[in-house]
Amino acid sequence: MNEPLHLFDRPNSYIGRSVPRPDVRRLLEGRGKFVDDLQLPRMLHAAFLRSPYAHARIDGFDLEEARAMPGVVAIYTGADFVEHVTPYVGTLTHLTGLRSAPQMPLAVDVARWQGEPIAMVVAQSRAEAEDALALIEADLDPLPAVCDAETALDAGTPVIHEEFGDNLAWERLVDAGDVDAAFARDDVTVVERTIRFGRHTGVTLESRASVVDYDPSEGRLTYWYSGQAPHMMQSVLAKHLDLPEENVRVVAHDVGGSFGIKIHTYGDDVATAVAAKLLKRPVKFVADRNESFLSDIHARDHVVTARMAVDATGCIVGLDFDDLTGIGPYSMYPRTSAIECNQVLNLTGAPYRIENYRARGRVVFQNKNLMCQYRAVGHPIAMAIADGLIEDAAATINLDPVEIRRRNLIADDAYPCTSASGMKFDDLSHHLSLDRLIAEMDYAGLRADQAAQRDNGIYRGIGLVTMVEVTNPSPMFYGIGGAPISAQDGATIRLDAGGALHASSSITEQGQGTNTILAQIAADVFGIDMDRIKITTGDTDNVPYGGGTWASRGAGIGGEAMLLAAQALKEQVLDVAATMLQADKHALDIRDGLVVDAANQAERISLRDLARTVYYRGNELPPDCKPELIATRHYRVTDFPFVFTNSAMAAHIEVDIETGFVKILHFWAVEDCGRVINPQLVDEQIRGGVVQGIGGALYEECIYSDDGQLLNATMADYLVPMAGEMPDISVVHVETPTKTSTLGAKGAGEAGTGGAPAAILNAVNDALRPLNTSIWQMPMTPERILKALGRV
Amino acid sequence: MTQTQAISLTVNGELVSANVPVRRNLVDFLRGDLGLTGSHVGCEHGVCGACTVEVDGTMIRGCLMLAVQAQGSVVTTIEGLAENGRGQELRDAFEARNALQCGFCTPGMLASALEYVEAGGVADRAAIREHISGNYCRCTGYQAVVDAVCDVIEKGVGA
Repeated sequence: MNEPLHLFDRPNSYIGRSVPRPDVRRLLEGRGKFVDDLQLPRMLHAAFLRSPYAHARIDGFDLEEARAMPGVVAIYTGADFVEHVTPYVGTLTHLTGLRSAPQMPLAVDVARWQGEPIAMVVAQSRAEAEDALALIEADLDPLPAVCDAETALDAGTPVIHEEFGDNLAWERLVDAGDVDAAFARDDVTVVERTIRFGRHTGVTLESRASVVDYDPSEGRLTYWYSGQAPHMMQSVLAKHLDLPEENVRVVAHDVGGSFGIKIHTYGDDVATAVAAKLLKRPVKFVADRNESFLSDIHARDHVVTARMAVDATGCIVGLDFDDLTGIGPYSMYPRTSAIECNQVLNLTGAPYRIENYRARGRVVFQNKNLMCQYRAVGHPIAMAIADGLIEDAAATINLDPVEIRRRNLIADDAYPCTSASGMKFDDLSHHLSLDRLIAEMDYAGLRADQAAQRDNGIYRGIGLVTMVEVTNPSPMFYGIGGAPISAQDGATIRLDAGGALHASSSITEQGQGTNTILAQIAADVFGIDMDRIKITTGDTDNVPYGGGTWASRGAGIGGEAMLLAAQALKEQVLDVAATMLQADKHALDIRDGLVVDAANQAERISLRDLARTVYYRGNELPPDCKPELIATRHYRVTDFPFVFTNSAMAAHIEVDIETGFVKILHFWAVEDCGRVINPQLVDEQIRGGVVQGIGGALYEECIYSDDGQLLNATMADYLVPMAGEMPDISVVHVETPTKTSTLGAKGAGEAGTGGAPAAILNAVNDALRPLNTSIWQMPMTPERILKALGRV
Repeated sequence: MTQTQAISLTVNGELVSANVPVRRNLVDFLRGDLGLTGSHVGCEHGVCGACTVEVDGTMIRGCLMLAVQAQGSVVTTIEGLAENGRGQELRDAFEARNALQCGFCTPGMLASALEYVEAGGVADRAAIREHISGNYCRCTGYQAVVDAVCDVIEKGVGA
């Protein structure tokens, strides 16, 4: 009985419970605060003229008719901004050799992708701005467009940035062990495939949006935006608009989906800020859906040629691949467009024991929209390479795909360990997770059904993936390379005069439940009902400094900071209580908003009475009692560059060999993200992530013509997963808390998107196997499947 | 382009009169002119469903109808539903099931779900999925939405 209760097993013990989100009622009643909902006095509206060509010289503009249109306040072209904004370049020093050219918010002399902003109209309404836009005469001289990444480096291909001599942005080689010797062994079986990953994009339902106000009397710029990294944007805007950083306030209220799309520097957003500064009044820009497709970053676009050697027992002897990825005409600022390729080289085959590993990555420029970090950066490619080949190899040597994984996955008791690419792993559970998956999905039963159905001419497939996910990054991710991106996060928590807590954090809410888990952690650790905690996030004026929510870092890093702050505040409150009650501090505790005797839970004083004494009747306290009812703590990961999670997932699908359509019958995900703070929220992150992964695997593709025109820039033509095509998804948790923090939480936001494509690829190829064909291109559209079947 | 027309209609139980540009669509009128920002604009071509509102008893796309076409109509938005308590069981079920993440699709998703429940739809997962297939949600993966609709129907309180 005298054993003290563990931190996670106390009254108000919210950590580990599926607590409903306190802030969804607003959204269910139409009271959200999205950027486009904001109306400010004297606010103007921006619209952009975008290059209709993939590559064109800008020879000039005739703006006369446009300027005369009703409601027009200002028209800007690239030349108008040269004195008011400095160019930005998307390079980082730790990505050695990465190069990119200076970018301006509006292209100045040359437009380099279809959709690049080249002129801007600011008017009384968006409709009037668009009316004027239609009357701008742009004198554009089309230039040859470099669209195909696979020929971008050829000698005869035009060079997009002449000063570089060719279209190579970055190249990296990883070479561990002796790959040539491994593949030369006479006892190995080698499988080799070329895998193509199409371009897709985030399609956040709320498009990118910003409202910018500038107050010249104080020189203050306020930027309301829909995004994930307020402090990063504060730094970017201050630097390039020549403002003191403290004079830039960035506010992100409700964010209608982001998934990595809204974490970058976009010319139209920067131009909106410049216009607000020049006009000294608020300007709003909301991308329409066509603009979203043309200018939101795209993702993936890789061609990979890979081979794997396995011995007779199925053990991987060597893995060797070449990844070529097209990133558009610039590397995105400030995170760069080389991170995805870097991740592919770091993560491919990471769950397995592989000594002989060689990977070459090349990142090339092309005249298409920019490619950059989107949910599960690099993971879908890395997992599809290794797990696609491992199931291919298993089939070749007639070994079960589960058994070949068991023979190659790193043992659960082998941690910490380091992969061939140098990744450091700890606290992973590949074997346990795979075992749980096999049991949950009734693998043997599905195989029996598969065999029986084939006799009926029905082609079902089962595909797996065993994977790692990068979460909780340390400063080694961005900060080390010079980016204004914080790897640490802060939390401030204070007791108010009513006995309630106000907590603020530098991580952000995009719907995943950030504010909920922060309240759970603070309430749990401090000892108060969750209803008595108010959370503030997404405002650089009102939260501690930190990175925001991306790279599955919110719960693990921001959550730990909140835990530390709540612990600190509790100590401070108990110091005051001990003085007021003339008691031993260690004999006191806080339960349910009351200071109690730790031994018997008897109430000594309520937090409200304590706070009122401190705030109103300080005369009752001894002079040497100096209460601090506010605490701030920060946290960053120091032990490892990243805190990895692992998952095992499976897809059960059916291919209609007459039409090429794939029906997903069910999907299973076993996820080990360490300590689970709110199981329901984690389940929903996994499910939503899986569905995005299914989108990339089967439907989503930005289709370009040979001359760089995006052909399907509408939601009618670009297919996203809708409810009717999606399966139910079973989620199971294995909990191996990370030892890097007290909370023990790793990230969970991206595993589904990272793993599902490989599982679907394997399932489709499993279904096609009796027909002696296979497909190695995503999305796996009906047409491509029929081509693989030789039917079209 | 600048031609306007006077309209009057009932929005969430209030009679509203306005002079609107003839080219303005209904959702822009609701959001911009009336400040009812609960209805959202996702694609402006009738695909995503975020702007779904009720006009004269039918759930429609607010981006595919001009404001002037709503002359004399009775319009209900998510704000109106919340105010009069209609669909409360669904809102409770959405909260309990976490059937929303960012909440941007939610006004339209709730409207389509309410249409299904009020029409006497059964707790058939495939049928519910089919019914809400005109409402795009990037966050949830839809399963929790289906769960929430099933909960309401199985409790028998929705219709």
